[in-house]
Amino acid sequence: MFRKITSEKLDQFFQSISAKQSLYIPVDREDGAAEFRKYTNGMKLSNALNTVRSAKDFFFPQTENLAAFKMEGKKIEVKDIREECEDFVIFGVRGCDARSFDILDKVYLVDPVDSFYKNRREHGTVVTMACTHPSETCFCTAFGIDPTMPGGDVTAFPDGDGFFLMANTEKGEKLIADINDLLEDGDTEKLNAVQENTRNVLKKLPLADLSTESFGGERLNELFNSDKWAGLSESCLGCGTCTFVCPTCQCYDIKDFNTGDGIVRFRCWDSCMYSDFTKMAHGNPRVSQLERFRQRFMHKLVYFPANNNGEFGCVGCGRCLQKCPISMNIVKVMKALEVK
Amino acid sequence: MQEAMIKRAKELLADGTVDRVIGWKKGEFVYDHTPAVFTSAQDIEENFVCDELTSANLSKYLVKETVREGKVLAFLKPCDTYSFNQLVKEHRIDREKVYVIGIPGGPKLDIEKIKAKGITGILSVKNENYTLKIDTLYGASEMPFYEAVSEKCANCKSKKHVVYDELIGEDGDVLDSGRFETVEKLENMTAQERYDFWRSELSKCIRCNACRNVCPACTCEKCVFDNPSSGVENKAAADSFEENMFHIIRAFHVAGRCTDCGECSRVCPQNIPLHLLNRKFIKDINELYGTYQAGENTTDKAPLNDYKMDDCEANVVHERGVE
Amino acid sequence: MNTNDTLIPLLGIVTDIRQDTPDVKTFRVVAPDGGKVFEHMPGQCAMLSIPGVGEGMFSITSSPTNKEFMEFSIKKCGCLTTWLHQMDVGQMITIRGPYGNAFPVETELKGKNLLFVAGGIGLAPLRSVINYVRDNRSNYGSVRIVYGSRSKDDLVDYKEIIDEWMNDEGIEVNLTIDNPQDGWDGHVGFVPNYVKELNPSTDSTVLVCGPPVMIKFTLAGLKELGFEETQVYTTMELRMKCGVGKCGRCNIGNKYVCKDGPVFRFDELGELPDEY
Repeated sequence: MFRKITSEKLDQFFQSISAKQSLYIPVDREDGAAEFRKYTNGMKLSNALNTVRSAKDFFFPQTENLAAFKMEGKKIEVKDIREECEDFVIFGVRGCDARSFDILDKVYLVDPVDSFYKNRREHGTVVTMACTHPSETCFCTAFGIDPTMPGGDVTAFPDGDGFFLMANTEKGEKLIADINDLLEDGDTEKLNAVQENTRNVLKKLPLADLSTESFGGERLNELFNSDKWAGLSESCLGCGTCTFVCPTCQCYDIKDFNTGDGIVRFRCWDSCMYSDFTKMAHGNPRVSQLERFRQRFMHKLVYFPANNNGEFGCVGCGRCLQKCPISMNIVKVMKALEVK
Repeated sequence: MQEAMIKRAKELLADGTVDRVIGWKKGEFVYDHTPAVFTSAQDIEENFVCDELTSANLSKYLVKETVREGKVLAFLKPCDTYSFNQLVKEHRIDREKVYVIGIPGGPKLDIEKIKAKGITGILSVKNENYTLKIDTLYGASEMPFYEAVSEKCANCKSKKHVVYDELIGEDGDVLDSGRFETVEKLENMTAQERYDFWRSELSKCIRCNACRNVCPACTCEKCVFDNPSSGVENKAAADSFEENMFHIIRAFHVAGRCTDCGECSRVCPQNIPLHLLNRKFIKDINELYGTYQAGENTTDKAPLNDYKMDDCEANVVHERGVE
Repeated sequence: MNTNDTLIPLLGIVTDIRQDTPDVKTFRVVAPDGGKVFEHMPGQCAMLSIPGVGEGMFSITSSPTNKEFMEFSIKKCGCLTTWLHQMDVGQMITIRGPYGNAFPVETELKGKNLLFVAGGIGLAPLRSVINYVRDNRSNYGSVRIVYGSRSKDDLVDYKEIIDEWMNDEGIEVNLTIDNPQDGWDGHVGFVPNYVKELNPSTDSTVLVCGPPVMIKFTLAGLKELGFEETQVYTTMELRMKCGVGKCGRCNIGNKYVCKDGPVFRFDELGELPDEY
C-alpha cells in the first residue's frame, strides 16, 4: 500500500503521532545546521540533507547511566537503574543513518546483548526519508545503499508536495494504521519523476566512483603496514569530531560519577583518536597519532568487514568530510590506499 | 598568489634554505584543503594550494615541526603570525628552525555559510567582483561574497604581519575591527539572558575537543582534562555544569595568551561561538590592564604575568559582576 | 527489566588478603552468600571494581577446581590497584565475568607435556592452569615450570610453589631471579636465557606469560630450540572497559583481546598487525 500525506496535513500528521509517543524530527537551528528535536506543535521539518549529529544518538546516546552504587563502610549495594524505555518515533532518518543502525546492531545485539541499546531499539520506530538532493559529500552508494529506497520501519518518499509512506515492518504498519485517516491515495507520477531525477544526480556525484574493492579483511596486514598512513595522519589534530559525528562509531568508555549520594556508573562515547584510549597504568600500545588514526580507518574498512561478512563499517553519510577541522577523512584515506 | 608561493617554495627547497614546506594540500572538493608538509618540488607543484578556502592556521603545527631536524618554510597569514610569535615567546616554537613567508590574509570563506543558504552539491566556488558564483549539482547559484566570509575574517583584527623573513604581497595595518561589538552585546544582557545564551550555545557541545586541539594557545603536553589525577578529567559531561566548565576553564587557561585567531569557532562542528569567551577576556584585559595584543611581539610581558603597582584590585571582578 | 546485563556487576566479598611480594597481593573473593560468584576456566578474567575508584580486568588466579572461592593476584600499579592494596578483609567489591577465552586445557593441551614459563606477576594467569593440571594430573604428560622474578621477594605464590608444586611428583619447578641475592642459592639470570639453558624437550606445549620483553625473548629462544609457534600460547593484556568486545578498546586487527583472547597461540598472534 502506498499512501500519501500531503504537505497541508503534515502538521496534523506530526501532532497525531506525537500525541501517542515522543516524536523526533530534524529541524533547522538558528545557526543554519539541522538537528533532531522532540516535536512540539508548530515545529517545522528541516529541508537539510542531514543533521550534524547522526541519528545513532537515539540508540547509543553520548552518555548513559549503567548502574548505581550505594557505598557504606565495607558494604556495596548495586542498583539496577534500568527502566523500560518509552515508545518513540524518529522521523526523517536518511538511508545512510538507517544503515548505521544495522551496523550498530551487529555490535550491540550480538551475544552478550547490550540491554541498554536493545531497550531503545525495541521501543524506537524509524521513519526514513528518501533523499532527493544528495550532496557532493555523499558516497553511500559505495556501500551499496540506495538513498532513494532507505530502510527503516517506514519509508517516506517526498514528491515535492508531501510524502508517500511505505511500511516495511510490523512496527511501521502499526504507525501507519494509527494515522491512516490522514493519508490519501496519491498519484505517483510526480514521485517517479523525483526518484528518476535523484538517481541521475547520484550518478553525477563527485564521489560516485569511489571503490571499496581494495578493502576488507583479506588485505589486513598489507593495509596496516602501508607507508601512506604517516602522510595521511600528519596533520590530524587528534580530536574526536569525526568519531562523534559518525553514525557508526560506537566505542565507549565507562566512568563513575560521585553524585554525593552514591556512585553512578555511566558510559560515554569515546574515540580511538584520543591519546588515552588505550593507555594503561604501565604503557600504551598506540603511542602516536599515526597509530590512532590508522586504527579508526582500519576498523571501518578492514577489521569490521573481516568480522561481518564483508560489510563495511561506514555508510558514506559524509559527515566527517564536512566536519573534520583539517578536512582529512575516510574518502581521502580510501583514495590514498586504493590499489589501482 | 598561489603561483608566487609555489615558485618561492621550490626555490627555497632547491637552494637548501629549508628542507620542507608546510602549507595546504588540495582535497576532493574546492574547499577541503588539508594542512600538509611538502618535501618535494613535484608534490608542491601538484598539490599545493592557497586560496579563499585555506583557512587553517599553520602555526601550531610548527611546535611539532621544529622539534624535528632541519628548517621548515611556513606560509603565515597575518593572524597566524600572532599565534606564531606567541608560541615563540612561550618557547614552544624554535624560531631558528622556521623560515616565515608572510602572505596576505583573508577574507577567507566559510563553506558552512554557503551551505547554510541551502546551497548544496557544491562543485565550484568563484569570486566574481564580490559575488560568489557557485556551480552545484543542481545548477548555478550565487550569493554576496561578504555573506560567506568566515567569522574570523569578518572581524579581522590586523592585516599586519608581526613576524616574517620575507613577504609575498604587501603588508597591511592593524585594523579597527569592531570585534568587541558582540562581546558588548553580551555584556549588555542581564545576567539571566547571558546565562541562557551560553547555556543554549554550550549545550550543543559534543566534547570532541576540536577547539582545544586546534588552539595554538593549548600546547600543554598533558591537558588537565586528560589527566585522571586532576579530578576534572572527563570525556563527557556527567552533568551540564561540567559541560560549561570545560569551555570556561579553557578560556581561563588561554587568557592573556589567546591571540584571537578564531580557530576554535572555525573548527567547532556545532558552530558554538567559542571565540566570544576569549574575546571577553581580551576585552577585560584591555580595559583593566591597558591595551594588550598577545603575539604582537615576543618580548613584552603579558599583563597577567606582570605585576604593576597600579594594577586593578582583585575585587574589581566582584564589583563588575554586580548588576 | 528482567534481563541481565553483563555491564551491571555482581558483588563479591574479600575474605582473605595475602601479601605475596612487596607489590603483589592475592585477594580471595566469595559471593555474599558464600561460594563462588561464578564459574570460569583457566586463563579467563573478571572485571573487578570499587565504584568511584575504578574498574579493571584481572586474571582469575585460582583454578576452577577450587569450588569455594576465586583468587586474584594483583600488582599495585594504578589508581584502582592501589586502593585494593589498602583495603581490609571484609570489603565488598563488584565483580563481573568471566570474560575471554581460556587456555585449551580440555582440548589441545590434553595429554601433552606442558612447559610453563612465567615472569613476575605473569604467574597469575598460569597459576590457574597449573593448579587445574595438578588437580587433573592424569590428563596431562610431564609438567615443567620455569618461573623468574626480579628478586626472591618478588616471586609470587612462593609458599605454594615451595610447599606444594615442588612436592608434587612429575612436576619440575625451575626458579630464577634476575640478580644474586643473600639467602638465594638457586639460579640467577633472566627467564628467556634460563629456558634456553634448560633446553626443554620440543615435544612439550608451552604457556608463556610475563612482561612483553620477556615474552618476546622467550619466544625467540624457544624457536632457536626448535619449537614451533603453534606450540606456544600466551595471554595478553590491553586496556579494557566492557569485557565483551563492544567498547572497542582492546582491538588488535579484527580481534578483541577481551573476547577473542586473552589467550592466543603465537601463530594466531603472528597474523595480527604488530600493535601490542
